[in-house]
Amino acid sequence: MTERIHHHKNHMTLLSGLIIAAAFIAKAFKMAEWSNVLLIAATVIAVIPIAIKAWQAIRMRVFSIELLVTMAVIGAVFIHEYTESAVVTFLFLFGDYLEVRTLQKTRSSLKELVDMAPQEATLLREDGTRQNISIDDVQEGHRLVVLPGGKIPVDGVIVQGHASINEAAITGESRPINKANDDHVYSGSILDTGYIEIIVEKVGDDTTFSKIIELVEEAQDSKSKAERFLDRFSNYYTPAVTLLSVLVYIMTRDVHLAITFLVIACPGALVIGAPVSNVAGIGNGAKNGVLIKGGDIMGNFAKVDTLVFDKTGTLTKGKPEVTDLHTFTFMPTDKILGLVAKAETISEHHLGQTIVKEAERKGMDLNSYTISESEAIKGHGITATVDGYSIVAGNRKLMNTERIEISSDATQYAVNREKAGNTSIFIAIDNHLVAIISIADQVRDDAKVALEDMRENGIKRIVMLTGDNRHTARAVAKQLGIDEFHAELLPNEKVEYVKKLKEQGAIVAMAGDGINDAPAIATADIGLAMGEGGTDVSMETADVVLMADKLSQYAHAYSLSKATIRNMHQNITIALAVVVILILGVLAGQLHLAGGMFIHEGSVLVVILNAMRLIGFKTKASQKLNKQNHKVRESYVS
Amino acid sequence: MSKGIFQLGPLTCPSCIKKIETTLNKTEGVESAKVMFNSSKVKTEFDESQVNASQLEETIKKLGYPVLSSKVL
Repeated sequence: MTERIHHHKNHMTLLSGLIIAAAFIAKAFKMAEWSNVLLIAATVIAVIPIAIKAWQAIRMRVFSIELLVTMAVIGAVFIHEYTESAVVTFLFLFGDYLEVRTLQKTRSSLKELVDMAPQEATLLREDGTRQNISIDDVQEGHRLVVLPGGKIPVDGVIVQGHASINEAAITGESRPINKANDDHVYSGSILDTGYIEIIVEKVGDDTTFSKIIELVEEAQDSKSKAERFLDRFSNYYTPAVTLLSVLVYIMTRDVHLAITFLVIACPGALVIGAPVSNVAGIGNGAKNGVLIKGGDIMGNFAKVDTLVFDKTGTLTKGKPEVTDLHTFTFMPTDKILGLVAKAETISEHHLGQTIVKEAERKGMDLNSYTISESEAIKGHGITATVDGYSIVAGNRKLMNTERIEISSDATQYAVNREKAGNTSIFIAIDNHLVAIISIADQVRDDAKVALEDMRENGIKRIVMLTGDNRHTARAVAKQLGIDEFHAELLPNEKVEYVKKLKEQGAIVAMAGDGINDAPAIATADIGLAMGEGGTDVSMETADVVLMADKLSQYAHAYSLSKATIRNMHQNITIALAVVVILILGVLAGQLHLAGGMFIHEGSVLVVILNAMRLIGFKTKASQKLNKQNHKVRESYVS
Repeated sequence: MSKGIFQLGPLTCPSCIKKIETTLNKTEGVESAKVMFNSSKVKTEFDESQVNASQLEETIKKLGYPVLSSKVL
């Protein structure tokens, strides 16, 4: 029975609204008797669901707002204020209905994510046949097939085929990326074109996608300082006003005034104002690939005035690339590259591997060369014989020990390249210096715009800390307009710098990647991790995670936190102002039951609507970027 | 100790949180109960020898909040 009533609550609200309208018409035609009968009917209909809730709470010995309203309404009927009783119950139910609808909007960002969770998978059996199975039946080690337009059901690794995959659900980045053998794919992403077979690695709650959703849920429900303050306030406010209404009755014997106090004792906007801002803000972040883990973090983040960055992998791509191959001979560059790359296949050093990759990228077949007598000299380079040529590749020291002369031209060239942020690798063939290969870890494409954007939004100081050498650090700092940099640091020295900045009174956000930055990230007021598609460690330790490794997401998150806190302050102001207006209005005798309920419900809706503005929040920079992309696309079309 | 997660219909009044939490915490065998207002979920830890998930579900229902789905870990 109670469930049926609960189910039909909205219908009952509508019905009571219609009856109230009829009652007003009757009143207009001077049919007071009829009008009163209708109003009583409307009151009874609308009070039933409220009273049931109140009763259910009492039975469990819990105090509820429904109880206050029920008491107030019974009181109003008792003193023949039928209009008031009908309007109050109707407004309470109707307000509740509107709150459900609008609150769902503020929660929509997360719901959109949850709805992207895959429901089924296509299993590839050993005999080659396919079978559709429920997501709950997928187990680790299963081999699955994903077809174009299909959702990747679990976390896994590609063992066959290649595809372009949209990982927006994980990274917020909607441009598809290409993946092939040995690449990892994540549950919730969508296969755009292509075909892949994957081996299942993680299922159910262990997938990155499930973890993101859980983190966002936890974040949205973790309370900020403002919320805790408001909770405490309303804990005192409600009982105090209830007590006050009893006192008012004892002193004035005015039932009407006492009941009005009861109705305004429900501090609706006060309790909901701050949480809705947070929910909408955190939801916006999640949709844009930024996990902000809670209201407190949102608040601290908005106060940050100093940014500290790790260099490699954070400001730069973390993937060294060959930026130049400069020759001092007539031998074709491709031939030199091929010989050196073949020699470097024996090297485990990342610079050597970068040269191998460059050759492969150019489509060279390194198997067509033959290598003999090779040696890797740790910290210096390699020597090898390839196709009969004697190859020496490495730094200056290696050239010295191998007695290879470096001309002053070559020296000048190398120094210039190093000042521009490169590492120079000297190449000698048959005891003559023939080329210098420059390798650099390039800065992220969006780094400069993102830093400028954050400076505009209130960042005073940007610091770079790196383990890399001074030249490279200076080049990157200059390129990005960074205020100060400290090079050749060990992880614990990075921690010291962050501590020092905090002691100077700065509110520090530290962004880094990898395990070596973890201590500094933990020391800062706000720790940011590049998620790289979500490694467990970074997702759990950092306060803010950038899922697509983009610095533009950082800029977005920073201005989002400011907008969210602003929004929250607006809501708190509205809520407190409403409380003051209600109390003054009642005390001055200007405000009655129905009016009080109207302001109460209205203020709740106002704060929810205000918070909803955050759902579509975009930074100026991202709008600019979007516009540019749009223009580029248009120019392709025309 | 088992963990139960109950998905409710959308919660609207923050006072519901206290209602559900206090009731569940008073229930024998419940170690902890937390209501997540925004995701409208109840997370509980309970001792299965004293109380089971369907009893908890019944308690929440009696308070006036229909349980849409439940999961026990």
